Amino acid sequence: MATESEIRQSEAYQAWREAVERASTREASFTTQSGEPVEPLYLPPEIDERYEAQLGYPGQYPFTRGVYANMYRGRLWTTRQFAGFGKPADTNARFKFLLARGQTGLSTAFDLPTLMGLDSDDPRSAGEIGRLGTAVDTVDDFGAIFEGINLGDVSVSMTINAPAPIILAYYLVTAEEQGVPWEQLRGTMQSDILKEYHAQNEYVFPPAPSVELVVDMIEFCARHVPQFSAVSISGYHIREAGATAAEELAFTLADGFHYIERTLERGLAIDEFAPRLSFFFNAHNDFLEEIAKYRAGRRIWARHLRERYGAQHPKSCMMRFHAQTSGVSLQAQQPEINVIRVAYQALAAALGGCQSMHTNSRDETLSLPTEEAVTIALRTQQIIAHETGVTHSADPLGGSYQLEQMTDNIEQQAEAIFADIERQGGMISAIDNGYFRRSIAESSYRYQRQVDTNQKLIVGVNAFTEEEDLRIPTMEVDHGIEAEVIERLAATRAARDNSATDAALAEVRRAAGAGENIMPALIDAAKKKATVGETVNALADTLGRYTPGG
Amino acid sequence: MTTKTLPIRVVLAKIGLDGHDRGVQVVARVLRDAGMEVIYTGLWQTPEAVVRAVEDEDADVLGISILSGAHMTQVPQLVDALRARGLDHVQLIVGGIIPETDISRLEAAGVAKVFTPGSALPEIADFITSAVTR
Repeated sequence: MATESEIRQSEAYQAWREAVERASTREASFTTQSGEPVEPLYLPPEIDERYEAQLGYPGQYPFTRGVYANMYRGRLWTTRQFAGFGKPADTNARFKFLLARGQTGLSTAFDLPTLMGLDSDDPRSAGEIGRLGTAVDTVDDFGAIFEGINLGDVSVSMTINAPAPIILAYYLVTAEEQGVPWEQLRGTMQSDILKEYHAQNEYVFPPAPSVELVVDMIEFCARHVPQFSAVSISGYHIREAGATAAEELAFTLADGFHYIERTLERGLAIDEFAPRLSFFFNAHNDFLEEIAKYRAGRRIWARHLRERYGAQHPKSCMMRFHAQTSGVSLQAQQPEINVIRVAYQALAAALGGCQSMHTNSRDETLSLPTEEAVTIALRTQQIIAHETGVTHSADPLGGSYQLEQMTDNIEQQAEAIFADIERQGGMISAIDNGYFRRSIAESSYRYQRQVDTNQKLIVGVNAFTEEEDLRIPTMEVDHGIEAEVIERLAATRAARDNSATDAALAEVRRAAGAGENIMPALIDAAKKKATVGETVNALADTLGRYTPGG
Repeated sequence: MTTKTLPIRVVLAKIGLDGHDRGVQVVARVLRDAGMEVIYTGLWQTPEAVVRAVEDEDADVLGISILSGAHMTQVPQLVDALRARGLDHVQLIVGGIIPETDISRLEAAGVAKVFTPGSALPEIADFITSAVTR
């Protein structure tokens, strides 16, 4: 037990104090509404060894209370609304709309043909072009999304997985065309292929070679695009598919460990790449459990990185994450009240110390969001950031008996799941034997039974229902764009030097077959206007295609 | 009028490119719990492959899950393919994010029932039971 003066002498405390003093602080008054000062951190009256080992100080190992010493006093989380639909010009317009309303980063949604590595003129793309995201066939389409938006000024997140290395190549070539050096690029590529096999089903190649493509991106970015995160290790989709909070966290961190192990095999040192690994988690309905999940995640990641992988750099041990409110929690009944669900979920993400956030729009269970609905969602984050006062201190709920117990419990459950995965023979074997999908389906079914038997009440669905639900306006994507997108692709094909494209694709096949880092060949193919579909096919020629259970 | 004594046979499939299969898997399990025989054909099925499965399995009901927004392109193709194989008696149900304006269009095109987010699962089982034993 330490007295207050002894706390102040503790080395860790002093280091935290100095870090807060050194850190820049944003222009804001950190007082309550009544004018009382608010401290950047609150501590228990008595600090013991257990406190320092389990919780410590924000910005310090094990980072339970946050990754930065002064958290949101220095910089608020990035407000980053996921957007994209129609042809590239439509998405460009939505991006400019969001930037004009104070959004601080961009997040790109691609349409399903692009996500599945198909060109817009593939018969399987019919009806899907530009629906759930923007249609991208070539580097020219990618450039059009960012027309008039300087890639050196704004951080860009791109949600794509199987074709991620191709899209990364398009991004790097677009930056070059804009005259922006790669060293200035900030942002994140999702490229977390493992969760596609667990939950989201947007895979193309088999698991093992797909992981090597991710490692190619990690390696290439570590060397040439140092401020860019090549992978955003994602629990979001695992949770949306029905996993519990502990499963979401454990499966995701286990995916992260697997990427680390494969990257170490390449000969990179842990501290060369681990600082750029970032995460993406769900913000679901169970308020305290979600906050506990983020806190437990930071502690587990830090411990494994230091103790298992020998990380020395503090940044390697930081679990930085993006949070998105839960899509499946939104209801079609009384859709206007979805804004309330979103607000509580976003508050949990803020209290859990996220680095960036997407708040869903009230209408997303019905359609892509309207501009009005997106604005309300964005304003929700801004109200939490600037009006509620929860951003004055790091980890404001730390020390709550319930929250600390829940944080410990999730950590223990996650460790048990890691042991389970090991017993299955590791990540790839566990994918092959269906462990992840079985677990998720089981949890999803259990939850649905609770709703169906009214053990869990959902307002407007199985309780407090209305005779007639309020209609809210929804967005319709212009169905006429398909022909336009396909024509644009045909024009690109006609204008390019096809023999140069073919040679570049042959080089993609060769590099993939030789096990070389694929990025240089993909960058060249992008410059030669190879399409997403052509490039995916070239990779599949060598890597094969995945059919689950087959 | 005879009441079917054999279990109702249901083929479930996802058409289009979206991989959202949480809903269809839960529905499969609920229908099995209700005593039906359920064949789930998996992701990314073409209308032709789905119709083949309906024929091979001698199904009474075909349930389609689609959350990508491509239903107005894909579902009418499926209806045509069912008719071309003389499978008009098969009850076609569709589940997914389907805007209200499209529901009436799909029902006019030959879909027996559209279930949207928030549909209670027992409702789906009840609908199938009454539609098939009618």
